[in-house]
Amino acid sequence: MSSLTFPRFFLRHPILPGFSLTFGFSAFYLSLVILLPICALLLYLSDMSWAQYWQAVSDRRVVQSYYVTLSGAFYSTIAATMIGMLLAWIITRYDFPGRRLIDSLVDLPFALPTSVAGLTLATLLVPGGWLGQWLYPLFGVKLAYAYPGIVIAMTFTSLPFVVRTVQPILQDIGNEHEEAALTLGAGKVQIFCRVIFPSLVPALITGASQAFIRSLGEFGAVIMIAGNIPFKTEVSSLMIFVRLQEYNYPAATAIASVILFSSLALLFLLQLAQARYISGKTK
Amino acid sequence: MKKPTRAHQKFLIALGLACVTLFLLVPLALIFAQALSGGLDLLLANLREPYMIHAIGLTLAVAALSVPINLVFGIMLAWCVTHYDFRGRKLLITLVDIPYAVSPVVAGLCYLVVYGIESSFGQWLSERDIQLMFAWPGVLMVTVFVTSPYVARILIPVMQAQGQDEEYAALCLGASGWQIFRRVSLPKIKWALLYGVVLTNARAVGEFGAVSVVSGTIMNQTLTLPLLVEQLNNDYKTAAAFTAASLLACMALLTLVLKTAMEWRQQQAMRRADRSEPANPVAVAPAAQAG
Repeated sequence: MSSLTFPRFFLRHPILPGFSLTFGFSAFYLSLVILLPICALLLYLSDMSWAQYWQAVSDRRVVQSYYVTLSGAFYSTIAATMIGMLLAWIITRYDFPGRRLIDSLVDLPFALPTSVAGLTLATLLVPGGWLGQWLYPLFGVKLAYAYPGIVIAMTFTSLPFVVRTVQPILQDIGNEHEEAALTLGAGKVQIFCRVIFPSLVPALITGASQAFIRSLGEFGAVIMIAGNIPFKTEVSSLMIFVRLQEYNYPAATAIASVILFSSLALLFLLQLAQARYISGKTK
Repeated sequence: MKKPTRAHQKFLIALGLACVTLFLLVPLALIFAQALSGGLDLLLANLREPYMIHAIGLTLAVAALSVPINLVFGIMLAWCVTHYDFRGRKLLITLVDIPYAVSPVVAGLCYLVVYGIESSFGQWLSERDIQLMFAWPGVLMVTVFVTSPYVARILIPVMQAQGQDEEYAALCLGASGWQIFRRVSLPKIKWALLYGVVLTNARAVGEFGAVSVVSGTIMNQTLTLPLLVEQLNNDYKTAAAFTAASLLACMALLTLVLKTAMEWRQQQAMRRADRSEPANPVAVAPAAQAG
């Protein structure tokens, strides 16, 4: 009867039982656990005036932290994409001792708690550390407790995203296209640039965007290695934390809203791009 | 798959191996080396400290509670979006991705704003002597938030690929909804489900940013192991910090072993399903891997 006046809710008549239970529980759970807290944050913001909001988000120290976060995430995404592409390539293409081990170890940054990752990388890279003692004289710059440390920590935590999105595509491509290109007289470089690479681009973009989103929000690993010097190596997540410790809740919420909106916008852009790509492919 | 023969192929492999060694193996080795640097006696003494025992207990308790909650939610959501076609289906799938994209610190702050003393609801709670934030319930709540997508995200592509012909057959034979789930669907998604539990558990144990906002870092009360690592490091108790870190690293290694085993089982199950029913290509959502 309602189908006469409203657009139909079901696009296909449900056959299996259990819709009301599963839909009701999922919708309730999503609202309570995810939507309610985020809406509350926005509601809390509405108590502030525009001037207060602007002052909180455009504080010089905060603006500097946006710059540090964005540039750090940018460099680390490039690094993670290159290393991730290399690892995915050798895992799928070549048979060598240790291949299975690498395949499993790639997920270590997912499994290792971020604070442990940050502490470990910092201890490795300090001038007297295992790697620092070689790298410090080589580059002459401090890696731990400085800006490069942020990039290294972000690269570490976002590395698996690229590998795990590129790897299945590389596995699926198979040899047929390459062999076809080879019989048509293409060189190795030509095959890579014009046959393999174009089919990898969507996966690379997805992996890199996920790595970028993750790096923007990364907290645990970064604060353990960054040194957290105001105006120099503070990331935006840390600025929320600093404001909270000053009991300045409105300012913390304002900064959080900036981060929240930018990461949600990125997520929806990414999903839109994926939907466009997938629908374009099946047509 | 082929053996590397040419020089540039060997070079690529060497480069990859170097990256893995420097980036993954050396840090792992360092954790255990540092934890053992003061000798085995110091390691055991550190493990027996009351704050360490308390942190281990709290971390395990939070994981033990948040994993079942999200397991139930993940199954319900995955069942709902893969077995029915309705308006708003895509919206549900998008909403469950939000915890991936939201910075953990922002997530913690969101919960602080709802349940903390700043809000009217928080004041109502505190008048009744219920403290959620800066206490273990807060730690549990944010952990549930950050780990909510994993099970659902892993199950959705698996359920989609498997189709629902067997469920329809069971329905025709007169099975009830619960019977269909328990005896037809559950055996098919067993390995994917375990895989989801392993990932959810790893994230629940290791969560740092969100927990650090709502925990208030009170020694012996709200310190989970990842927070304890930071706290001990700030107090210059490096050996103790690495002791806690080595426990977490053991958990991570165990996670990797289980994950590899389950991926293998899942692939076998998928291959079997594919052979009997080659219509559905397996599309694994890349976000299922996100951490």
